Amino acid sequence: MVTDAQRRFPWHIIFFLGPAVLIYTVFSAWPLLDTLRLSLFTETGPGTRAFYGVGNFITLLTDPNWSVPFWNALWNNTKFFLIHMLVQNPIGLLLAALISLRGLRGAKVYRTLIFLPTLLSVVIIGFIWQLILSPLWGVSEGLLEAIGLGHLFDAWLGNESSALITLALISVWQFVGIPLMLIYASLIAVPDELIEAAVVEGASAWRIFWQIKLPLILPTMGLVTILTFVGNFNAFELIYAVKGALAGPNFSTDILGTFFYRTFFGYQSQIGSATMGATVASMMFFVILCGVAAYFFVIQRRLQRYEM
Amino acid sequence: MTLKTTVNTAARRGPSLAWRKLWQGGPDAKPLNALAVHAVLLGYTLLALAPILLVIMNSFKSRRAIFNDPLALPTVDSFSLVGYQRVLERSDFGLYFGNSILVTVIPLFLVLLFGAMCAWALAEYRFRGSRLLALYMAIGIMVPIRLGTVSILEIMVALNLVNTHMALILVYTAQGLPLAIFILTEFMRQIPRDLKEAARCDGASEYRIFFQIALPLIRPAIATVAVFTMVPMWNDLWFPLILAPGEKTQTIQLGVQQFIGQYATDWNAVLSALTLAVLPVLVLYVFFSQQLIRGLTAGAVK
Repeated sequence: MVTDAQRRFPWHIIFFLGPAVLIYTVFSAWPLLDTLRLSLFTETGPGTRAFYGVGNFITLLTDPNWSVPFWNALWNNTKFFLIHMLVQNPIGLLLAALISLRGLRGAKVYRTLIFLPTLLSVVIIGFIWQLILSPLWGVSEGLLEAIGLGHLFDAWLGNESSALITLALISVWQFVGIPLMLIYASLIAVPDELIEAAVVEGASAWRIFWQIKLPLILPTMGLVTILTFVGNFNAFELIYAVKGALAGPNFSTDILGTFFYRTFFGYQSQIGSATMGATVASMMFFVILCGVAAYFFVIQRRLQRYEM
Repeated sequence: MTLKTTVNTAARRGPSLAWRKLWQGGPDAKPLNALAVHAVLLGYTLLALAPILLVIMNSFKSRRAIFNDPLALPTVDSFSLVGYQRVLERSDFGLYFGNSILVTVIPLFLVLLFGAMCAWALAEYRFRGSRLLALYMAIGIMVPIRLGTVSILEIMVALNLVNTHMALILVYTAQGLPLAIFILTEFMRQIPRDLKEAARCDGASEYRIFFQIALPLIRPAIATVAVFTMVPMWNDLWFPLILAPGEKTQTIQLGVQQFIGQYATDWNAVLSALTLAVLPVLVLYVFFSQQLIRGLTAGAVK
């Protein structure tokens, strides 16, 4: 039976979809496509542009004025990501494993408090750590001296060799709550029967974790990895707040986000360029796309087999 | 039995005998020392909170006390509000707060309303291309809107919206929609068919069914989505820096950023500015932490 409502033009569907689709298209999807398009143009004069093919990309990858800072930013960004993978996610896993232990008192309090820094603005976190690590105030120096390691203190944020690592660790400190929560949620979903069976067989807590729980939560680890990847290759605020747009000292903390900002808006003697900015944004898009594609086609597909 | 009910019944039973044995260190199980677990967790909790507490604590002290004994609580002698006084005198903190609230609350409302409407349409009606449309809207979850900044700025210049709140409101709405639609579609699908059919038989319009039946039913999900949507908007620095850096439209993040750059040597003022910027989030977290964590954990299990 075909009712009147079905025969008439479905205005109500347009009404429900319209606003969201419109705003999303105009201010998110279209600008992204348009940015990719702009990366194929070059500025020929004030306000005029000409089609340039992949010329901008060739400039970015081969002209030493562009390629040196670009590869530097990409490499720094990769290091930034690797530090998160090696420090943030294992710590998140460890804390989640401990908090999810059955019968642990205060589990709720721990997870609530440890998650807190994640909610604060990166700008503010950056400043707080800048104060703590500053040689002027000496809170960190004093603490190190108290445990007899005062000689280790250095201006970590000021040295070329340590600034990026320090900033990455600050970011790790802030965002450890995200892997913690995601892993915790999948750990408490592991069926009790499985664990009890293993306990009856005489497996140690250590073995239960490595051989039962960890394989079961691998899909979550995959998700944590891709979220970390997208977040890191899109980062900007922390470096900008602590080090400014020049990502000092001597560009040692420059990542793709700060490089994009400088390319777009210019700095010191260099004039900002919309088309080169679009080119850098497009490269960031390709990097993120590669990561997301790898996640969907390799990691997620392979891990699904283990799902509960 | 689904996974969720298994977990729930297990939780209701409390720790099983085997687990209790393991916990207390049974004869053949390796003893898992509860004390060690608490030591690790307490240690990490301290590491997570100490930097924030340190800044808040010292913002209430005189300059001398900040330097002489940074780790001490403020006492009657060292207590001082001079930092706050200076921040409030020298900067427009009230204005920044107002701007931030404006460009957070309005997009939040729009994301929830438009997101729920779109989710309802995707979940309820069958039409050509509905799956493709759902996928199109979901792309924004993984691809950061920031990558389109060059064009966003050009659009805003063309629309004459640079240095207005409207620019940020539009961009944040676009940014928040994908995740909101993705989560809310799941919940819309769970609304019982009978309810909707009964309403249709009574002659209720599709609009009425959405606003009076569907929307109230998914209120808990909306609250969760609200928390997720709100935090990145409030904390954003990128778009205020690019779209609305003017003195009148600065948000709190941009305001703090510039204030601290200007008064970097005035430690009282800097610590107070940081505290003022942290407090609203802390207060919100106290009220909404359960909601937020339930949303995070429920979303991941699903």
